[in-house]
Amino acid sequence: MDFFVLMLAIPLISGLLLTVVGERAWAPNLNIIASLGTFLSSALLTVGIVANGPRFAFGELFFIDSLNVFFVALTTFVGLTTSIFSGPYMKNEQEHGRLTVPRLRLYKSMFQLFMFTMLVALTTNNMGVLWVAMEAATLTTVLLVSLYRTPASLEAAWKYFILCGVGLAQALFGTILLYFAAERVLGETGNALLWTHLVEVKGQLEPTIMALSFIFLLLGYGTKVGLAPLHNWLPDAHAEGPTPVSAVLSGLLLNVALYAILRCKALADGAIHGGFAGNLMMGFGLFTLVVAAFFLSRQKDVKRMFAYSSIEHMGLITFAFGMGGTVANFAGLLHMTMHSLTKSAIFFAVGHATQKTGTQLMENIRGLMHINPLIGWALMLGTLAILGMPPFGVFASEFMILTHAMKHHPWATPILLLALGVAFAAIFGKVQPMVFGETEAKPLPHAPAITPVFLHLALVLMIGLYIPPYLTRWFNEAARMLG
Amino acid sequence: MSATAISFTGQLINLFASVILLLAFAMLAQRRVMPLINLFALQGATLFLSTLVVAVSTGQHHLYWSAGLTLVLKVIALPLILHRLVRRLYVKWEVESLINIPTIMLVGIGLVIIAFNVALPISQLSDTITRGTLGIALATVMLAFLMMITRTKAIPQVVGFLSMENGLFLAATSATYGMPMVVELGIALDVLVGAIILGVFFFQIRDQFDSLDIRHMERLKDM
Repeated sequence: MDFFVLMLAIPLISGLLLTVVGERAWAPNLNIIASLGTFLSSALLTVGIVANGPRFAFGELFFIDSLNVFFVALTTFVGLTTSIFSGPYMKNEQEHGRLTVPRLRLYKSMFQLFMFTMLVALTTNNMGVLWVAMEAATLTTVLLVSLYRTPASLEAAWKYFILCGVGLAQALFGTILLYFAAERVLGETGNALLWTHLVEVKGQLEPTIMALSFIFLLLGYGTKVGLAPLHNWLPDAHAEGPTPVSAVLSGLLLNVALYAILRCKALADGAIHGGFAGNLMMGFGLFTLVVAAFFLSRQKDVKRMFAYSSIEHMGLITFAFGMGGTVANFAGLLHMTMHSLTKSAIFFAVGHATQKTGTQLMENIRGLMHINPLIGWALMLGTLAILGMPPFGVFASEFMILTHAMKHHPWATPILLLALGVAFAAIFGKVQPMVFGETEAKPLPHAPAITPVFLHLALVLMIGLYIPPYLTRWFNEAARMLG
Repeated sequence: MSATAISFTGQLINLFASVILLLAFAMLAQRRVMPLINLFALQGATLFLSTLVVAVSTGQHHLYWSAGLTLVLKVIALPLILHRLVRRLYVKWEVESLINIPTIMLVGIGLVIIAFNVALPISQLSDTITRGTLGIALATVMLAFLMMITRTKAIPQVVGFLSMENGLFLAATSATYGMPMVVELGIALDVLVGAIILGVFFFQIRDQFDSLDIRHMERLKDM
């Protein structure tokens, strides 16, 4: 049995199955089992890729190498933990009367289909299909963001749909230009959008067209990454959607969009000399980092604040990949992993905390340590981890990015340090009273699933202290491929 | 290039492209929702004809398929869905209070000039018979974008969004004789699913706000 086929088939079939059978008592378990199956097949696929090198699937339609298999493994892992987390979380939401049975059904089927679209986006070899899958990922999540049907959530979903739709339309224009440039070299066969063919002839692609194409692709996919000034949809969608959706949007969707940009950058770098693509990404990344850092201190809603923190980290990662070179790419990949794990853990903890206190306003969330010490510690440790405190893994990747910037782009270092400092002050100052302090909140009917939070944090801690050589080799190979 | 150098098919394609651009301007100024949808259908029909002409003159087989797809999706299915929605939502007689149509038109003309300048270096590299239309395609995309910005009602915004897709499709046929089939099918599927999801969404918005005016949705902001 081919693990790749299995990995794509499980979310697709279970998504359709969950739509057809509706909300049963075993539906949450089916959701978890399907995510577990997807994760296991992706893990076996990863082992195969690392051992045997890149491979194709379905002719040349799909292509898996060490770069995208890394994202695949991360995506399926966070997908699994999110499905575990969402079991009790969604039941609590139902008891609070915020969700009805048909909406739970919608949530589970869309969650699986969302996983499917992301996996297709990551593994496809065709830059056009990549666009189609990104658009499909947007469509599956629109209804998830508006799941509560409150005025605010509808507004957030509308904004999300329109802004990302416009953004992706630009990416489509970029893809058309890319095809145009490639067709002149590769001819009018269907191969001119296949990445493996493009990368072989990237030196011959017309630089003027490629420059224009990359600008459109960066703006388009950058909207989905949350690069400023195109980030407006992101805090709303994260704050108003259900927490498991915030966790996968922040931890996974942003990564997938950034992956699309990385693939395009590899092509643009080959065609245009003088680091045009890299400079553009560095500029956007730095701007995003600064904008997000200064918006952080003005937030009152806890999920909104952590959404801005995601924008901030995406800016930092974009900056790292913009610098280019094996070290910076390695740091970027590591930071992406750490951010995904930490940020989804934080959203899990925040989800439980907001359920307990019945509000997302930070000034009303107090004394988590008294209500449930586990959640209190989870939020505190997660916050420390995301702020880049040693010994967590985020520290390691941020340190690598900073030292690399100091060496090659010293002008950027003060800006980076300033933004990181401002972000630290803003987030820590707000989380500290939420965790410690007085409260009179009541316990929840369904005990929260706290394992995923600590599992993520333990992984982040482990990578901060010790990166297994297996992982290093894998990251190194992926970083080299990015050039 | 001199006017005499353009072949008959080339002239036909340029004509259709300019009709599409003209329709984009007409949509920009149209305040009633039903005529707006009809204009969108007309734009789709022109796009279908221009794709058909390119297909006949170049003999590219997959272009017949994309022309058929355009006909089914953009001339029949989407306008039909939108018409039904408008009737079911009772917004048939809605008139939008557009601020200052002449100004919007002037901004639109500015955008067309920008689009032509951006597309110029690419058009010169293109050796397809349709190369002149790339600038028009980009202009259509930008005008649709402008339309989305200036509208305050949900349905016109969506028509703007779909019209943007028309512009992109024109770009694909004019620069490259269309994208690979698998990609075009995928895009068509996305557009269709997107339209259906939006249909569901309209009802949710109306139930919640008693109106499809998106000016009600301005609560979420950063102070």
